[in-house]
Amino acid sequence: MSDDTSGKTAATSGERAISDCAQTLRELDIFLDGELSDHQREAIRHHLDGCMDCLGAFDFHAELKIVVAQKCNNDEMPPDLLGKIERCFGTDFDGDGAIG
Amino acid sequence: MADQATFADEAMQYAPQLYSGALRMTRNRSDAEDLVQETYLKGYRSYHTFTDGTNLRAWLFRIMTNTYINSYRAKQRRPDETELGDFEDLYLYKNLGALQDASVGRSAEESLMELLPDDEVKQALEDLPDNFRLPVILADVEGFAYKEIAEMLDIPIGTVMSRLHRGRKAMQKALHDFALERGLVAAHPAAADSSFGQDN
Repeated sequence: MSDDTSGKTAATSGERAISDCAQTLRELDIFLDGELSDHQREAIRHHLDGCMDCLGAFDFHAELKIVVAQKCNNDEMPPDLLGKIERCFGTDFDGDGAIG
Repeated sequence: MADQATFADEAMQYAPQLYSGALRMTRNRSDAEDLVQETYLKGYRSYHTFTDGTNLRAWLFRIMTNTYINSYRAKQRRPDETELGDFEDLYLYKNLGALQDASVGRSAEESLMELLPDDEVKQALEDLPDNFRLPVILADVEGFAYKEIAEMLDIPIGTVMSRLHRGRKAMQKALHDFALERGLVAAHPAAADSSFGQDN
């Protein structure tokens, strides 16, 4: 990673490097989901160390994952919901004649 | 065997997450409220089957997912529920490339956080058909592992992975469309390296 173009050169200068990129990108989701083995993670980290193209894609998707998680998990609960639920505990809420 | 008397103390802390998840599933507040309430009542009733020391949050989400599929999905299904376009890999990344370059000195997270309003991210997720929306909610919003999602949805892990992959791409396409509508990105960004990421 000596300059901006080193990654691209490495990624496009040989057949093997190109297939590394394709393989690396195929595993992007699984890597970011934390579902790869240590050995597979290491292989990807090694590739990312020398490939700015793939590193850019991985960084982008890692950040996107954080954005989606935060923005889809910030809804304000109706203030009376918890109380409503807890008031049901210990009562015959389903009307079957028994508590619970 | 878990003691029913401790259920509220142990389980109520997950209500905000369950409510957000329920909103993404049902897409409306009234159904989401009902779904969370039903989940807790079912959990309370069957708490004796919960194994102490295992993941209570996953257990509650499993109940909620099943309840949604069995009681709510049927009444919400739309005619095109199973249809989903196939979009290219790295869709948003490739199409926002120019914008990323423009945000010099800022992290990708900062610019994506600002570029994508909460409502649009929620909308992009909620517009996914059920088959794709549920895995994406469970993985990307709630952070469950493939194995847990496979168990909750009763589908193979490979199916979880392929639905996540397709669902995420469709979501990225929707996010890009929203950004286009707001005039935030050019309709035809320079495809500087359009072959990147393609299998040849």
